Amino acid sequence: MEQICLQYTTNPQRGKNMFVLGMLGWLYGQDLDLAREQVSFTFRTKSKDILNRNLQLLEAGHEWSGQNLDFRFEIASAPREEAQIVVNGNTALALGIMASGMEICAMYPITPATSASHYLSEMFENVGGMVHQAEDEIAACAFAIGASYAGKCAVTITSGPGMALKQELIGLAAMAEIPLVIVNVQRGGPSTGLPTKVEQGDLLQAMFGTHGDAPKVVMAAATVEDCFYQPIAARKIAEAFNLPVILLTDANLATAQQPFTRPRLRKEWFAAPIDQSAIPEGERPYDWDPTTGLRRRFTPGQPGGMHTLTGLAHDRYSRVAYDPASNEDGLRHRSLKLAAFQKTLTAPAVFGDPDGDLLVVGWGSTKGVIEEAVEQLRSEGRRVGALHLTYLQPMASGIGEILKRFRQVLSVEMNWSDSVETSQTTLDNRRYSNLAWLLRARYLIDVDCWSEVQGQPLKPRTVAQAMRNKLKQGVARV
Amino acid sequence: MFNPIETLIRSVTDIDADPYSLGDFLGVDSRWCQRCGNNAILTAVQKLCAEEQLAPEKTVFVSGIGCSSRLPHYMGTYGFHALHGRALPVAEGIKIRRPDLHVFVTTGDGDCCSIGAGHWLHAIRYNMNITVLLHDNQIYGLTKNQVSPTSPRGLVSNTSPHGASLDPLNPLAATLGMSNISFVAQAVDWVPSVLYDVIEQAFHHRGLSFVCIMQRCPNYLPDHFEEYIKNPDRLVLLTHARGLQVEESIARRFKHREEHDPADLDRARELSMPRDRIPLGILYRNPEVLCYEDVRSGVEHLSVAERMAALEREFDKFTVDAASPQG
Ligand SMILES: Cc1ncc(C[n+]2csc(CCOP(=O)(O)OP(=O)(O)O)c2C)c(N)n1
Ligand SMILES: [Mg+2]
Repeated sequence: MEQICLQYTTNPQRGKNMFVLGMLGWLYGQDLDLAREQVSFTFRTKSKDILNRNLQLLEAGHEWSGQNLDFRFEIASAPREEAQIVVNGNTALALGIMASGMEICAMYPITPATSASHYLSEMFENVGGMVHQAEDEIAACAFAIGASYAGKCAVTITSGPGMALKQELIGLAAMAEIPLVIVNVQRGGPSTGLPTKVEQGDLLQAMFGTHGDAPKVVMAAATVEDCFYQPIAARKIAEAFNLPVILLTDANLATAQQPFTRPRLRKEWFAAPIDQSAIPEGERPYDWDPTTGLRRRFTPGQPGGMHTLTGLAHDRYSRVAYDPASNEDGLRHRSLKLAAFQKTLTAPAVFGDPDGDLLVVGWGSTKGVIEEAVEQLRSEGRRVGALHLTYLQPMASGIGEILKRFRQVLSVEMNWSDSVETSQTTLDNRRYSNLAWLLRARYLIDVDCWSEVQGQPLKPRTVAQAMRNKLKQGVARV
Repeated sequence: MFNPIETLIRSVTDIDADPYSLGDFLGVDSRWCQRCGNNAILTAVQKLCAEEQLAPEKTVFVSGIGCSSRLPHYMGTYGFHALHGRALPVAEGIKIRRPDLHVFVTTGDGDCCSIGAGHWLHAIRYNMNITVLLHDNQIYGLTKNQVSPTSPRGLVSNTSPHGASLDPLNPLAATLGMSNISFVAQAVDWVPSVLYDVIEQAFHHRGLSFVCIMQRCPNYLPDHFEEYIKNPDRLVLLTHARGLQVEESIARRFKHREEHDPADLDRARELSMPRDRIPLGILYRNPEVLCYEDVRSGVEHLSVAERMAALEREFDKFTVDAASPQG
């Protein structure tokens, strides 16, 4: 193979992927013309020479297989009724941002979030938006907050280390009640960690990373399709409730390609023009509704709405106020918004058996793997189900009831958790995986966890084994 | 803020009166110390807003954290009292979204030159049309008397009980050393007419105007600027046909004057370096520097239909349908 590749390239390390693609095309009886088209599209920005060499390698792999292989597979491609979009999670995220009505994305380059900003930088201005590459993540978040404050909700995209830097400003957005969407394309941590590898280690940071009580919505994408639709939802929630919304994706989703039905764009996704109407006399910038905590946000340019927004404790006029009553008043109403938002959520459906011996709970990109493992165990005759959470903060009502329908609950995640089988770790010092902590705290159920931090996607096989162990011994560790 | 008495007085006394008066630019009462130099700066910007007839709803004062950063609360305009060090990037976000707003930044020497120093350099580079007022009292006021990067060597404070060990950072020289600078000036709180004139010119400059203001802190450094106040020899007033033009009655108070063309960057840099005298006036102005908001077409006013059409074209690129697969 190396020899054949060397006919077209000086470095076979860089050419053999195309050769293998040609082989696979032959093996699975795929249309070579279609592959040519896709390769041409992928290398559209590269030189003619590079494109031609890649096409030649593709064809060489195809031809070689025809001459040398004596087996082939026939798998008919699944017929689709509707047109499909094929993109990776970061491209879907960028498309979702453009479809959400958000118009400003401020960022500082960081793997694995950057490719979303690359595509957004290329496209956003055509759709009436812009990407600002700030001097650091703190500035990016401040810039997005300034833009949100003066107009429509803006977004900042980052990954773990950048997320850590933004925390103080996320608190400002929560405190002053400015809509803001923050996307964290998670990578391995802590510190610089595993820049290019996947982990789900930032859920607790998203929930509690800010000092003081800073209510925010936390949601997670499970699929590439979610990467498209969630920014649209996030923008809506941020503007309706005037708070920061953290959207978690990960390094897996960032580069994974999954086809999904071509979205039908809706006018309502695009934000209304900036409100510049006069504020009626007597209205105050923090006239919180006593049952929902909601208020009308005053935007610069609105006559009669002049006030100074502040990250300090403030009264309903937005005046700095250190008195005990004002401080509690603000905290109460900001917290109330999450309760009000929770009323709009419904619990996700359980995959597999609706009740039984074991429920696996997950969030984020592990959905497909967990469901495959659940299918496997059901085919072995076990009564098991899976629950996958999109909204982590707040969690929909009804989740507690679902957990209680199973004899055992196991959280499966890609982040650190202690094994209970070592000599040092006991149940009273065990550190659980991110979601397990949250479920245990909220529902007072003995949720166990099984997790892996190998920087790789989970495998259905290992998850299935963890489930069998849990069912057998009541311990999940493989 | 709506002020009924003010409005009434105006409607009775002057039919052709300007729509806004000084009263429209007053916010809550200041909590600064008496004789704090911030009061003079506040008076100057309130006067500027009234003189320039800035619509209060179209004006935003952005600040960080510090005594000086309380200023937006004392204005009758919109204000954004952000986080320590972060006034500039917040102001940039506001300006990019809303070039129609008048954006001012008030910041302290700790806020701008220490915790926000990175943003300061980059704000100069972005050169957005924002007026930046650095209240340089050479001390941390709000947190009660700690040494600042602009404190002179030897200054005794709560965190430098044996005297500050380093020479100070010079905000003027640092700014003039940057590329992309477009307006750099200096004033002192105790000469209000020059302070006003400098801020006025800063406001009219299209681009980032950086005004360093020596500001007295009577509480922690009561005699700190005394040598400059008592001895006008220590100041040099910069005037020029293209810079400040000062009435003779004021100019007479300065023993040292220099005709300085604000286009002369080399001389501006010389003037900014530590010497016996500190310069007052406009050191540098270049109206030709590009503004970031002008070169980033940014938020165009496309209709929703146009946006949707552009996005559909993007979807086309990634669409595969069962019948006719395509790139
Ligand atoms: C992240 C952060 N660090 C520290 C502080 C505490 N702090 C508030 S103001 C300030 C310095 C104020 O000095 P300066 O900027 O010179 O303003 P001044 O009070 O002198 O006007 C400090 C250290 C803070 N609010 N936030
Ligand atoms: Mg200071």
